[in-house]
Amino acid sequence: MTKIEAIIQTSKLESVKNALHDIGVEGMTVIEVRGHGRQKGHTEVYRGREYTVDLIPKIKIEMVVADDVVEKIERAIIGAAQTGKIGDGKIFRSRIDEAIRIRNDERGDNAL
Amino acid sequence: MPYRMCRGLLFLVLLAFTSNLFALVAPEMGASDTSARLAKLEQQTADAKSSADNAWMLTSSALVLMMTGPGLALFYGGLVRKKNVLSVMMQSFAMMAIISVLWAICGYSLAFGSGTSFIGNLQHLFLKGVTLDAEPAYSATIPQQTFMIYQLMFAIITPALITGAFAERMKFSAMALFMVLWSFLVYDPMAHMVWGKGGLLNAALGGHFPTLDFAGGTVVHVTSGVSALVCALYLGRRLGYPHEAMPPHSVVLSFVGACMLWVGWFGFNAGSALSAGTLATSAFVATHFGSAAAAIGWAGVEWLHRGKASALGAISGAVAGLVAITPAAGFVGPMPALVIGLVAGAFCYMMVAKVKSKFGYDDSLDAFGVHGAGGTLGAILTGIFASSAINPIFKDANGNTLPSGMIQGNFHQVLNQLVGVAIAWAIAIVGTLVILKIVDVTIGLRVSTEHEIQGLDLSQHGEEGYYWEVST
Repeated sequence: MTKIEAIIQTSKLESVKNALHDIGVEGMTVIEVRGHGRQKGHTEVYRGREYTVDLIPKIKIEMVVADDVVEKIERAIIGAAQTGKIGDGKIFRSRIDEAIRIRNDERGDNAL
Repeated sequence: MPYRMCRGLLFLVLLAFTSNLFALVAPEMGASDTSARLAKLEQQTADAKSSADNAWMLTSSALVLMMTGPGLALFYGGLVRKKNVLSVMMQSFAMMAIISVLWAICGYSLAFGSGTSFIGNLQHLFLKGVTLDAEPAYSATIPQQTFMIYQLMFAIITPALITGAFAERMKFSAMALFMVLWSFLVYDPMAHMVWGKGGLLNAALGGHFPTLDFAGGTVVHVTSGVSALVCALYLGRRLGYPHEAMPPHSVVLSFVGACMLWVGWFGFNAGSALSAGTLATSAFVATHFGSAAAAIGWAGVEWLHRGKASALGAISGAVAGLVAITPAAGFVGPMPALVIGLVAGAFCYMMVAKVKSKFGYDDSLDAFGVHGAGGTLGAILTGIFASSAINPIFKDANGNTLPSGMIQGNFHQVLNQLVGVAIAWAIAIVGTLVILKIVDVTIGLRVSTEHEIQGLDLSQHGEEGYYWEVST
């Protein structure tokens, strides 16, 4: 099993969700996060006082999937979230030892 | 044909009916009866005018209360960090409760009782003698209770304005004690001097230095704004200011609040005519144009200076314009109002964006930059633009109208305005310093460092403005 964590632009959530739905992905967890990579922040001015906002709102999608679909899912996310500009985000992949469905104690791929 | 016939018939019937009426009435109109009827008619006319004036003044009273809550509470609440939103709103709301009670006990008497040139007496202690009859010295056509409750709304918002200067760091108990003392030592004397019977600066009732202050430029805005500056200097900066980012947590709340202030201000300024006549219209119109021009003034300068016109800038400008037009509202026409607004918007922007950072004081929500600076500017501009064509307030011994402001040739008026402003500054500085010292040594002014970091909502009130649990 593999965990895919994709950090994307907030505006790309809908198209990524649709793309994943189209290839049959059934579950995901979506978290609103803030952060930055190479993308610089922006400045805001309130009554002449300048504030630099360097932690930018992003969306993080987490899903644990069977190993054979990982490649397909990553292609789908890239296809839907890519604009070609700095700030498009990143995808991280990691090994998962076990998955358990709380309802009936199913294990492994069956629990996904 | 049938329609025309009908019309002709109707006319004849009406004619017959009205001539019959005249025939009935005419013989009964004796000479003594005429004068009795005339007296009755005069009484009814006076009652009708009184009712009209009273309706507008009660409406205005409600509008001015709305300026504090929720208007100012939202305006200030949006500007602080979210951990302090309730504390700021609560400070405004506390004024609605505390000052009201004080006003009923002795505040009204100290401000509007006869007394001396500087402060009223205790003739109206516990509102004694404040009845439903008019008090002709203040307003001949409305019950004195209406006048009293209207003036109370001003006494509420004035200290509430100060809270912007010490937001996010003053103890609630210290704030409450400070405001009680401030109301007695600064507001009541100043209101008496400008508006009270025998007041030193009262232009309408023959004061020694007749200062033109239609709706409270000196009484409300200069006193609160200058006191705010003193508070900001005395308390010191918030922890982390100016290095830490402290952006407004919701410009949306501030936006709603500012728009309510704009609407409420019609009660504040047009209501200060104390009647529903043409002067109220004039003040209403001037108020609106002053605010509109100032929104453009502030946002325009900001646009030139920073490259963007911000929502916060536009609403701050509108409020600055309302402040500056307050003393002038019942003395100037629409065109001077536009000029006053435009200048005030640009001037207050510079005070807030440039002067404040240059001196480094932490007037957290710009109570001084908007109310102190805008109020002072407005008071002086009133002396320049006031016109006897709008409001013939100065008369010679024979009752002829004298010029009002500098443009009309009354150069001396600018001096009178400066005296009024100087007295407001002086009483605000001295009064506020004394009160701060008293509160400081008795119960202490500032919250502890931990409490300031935690936020005043939790540390002072034990609650949170936004309680977002994961589950319900």
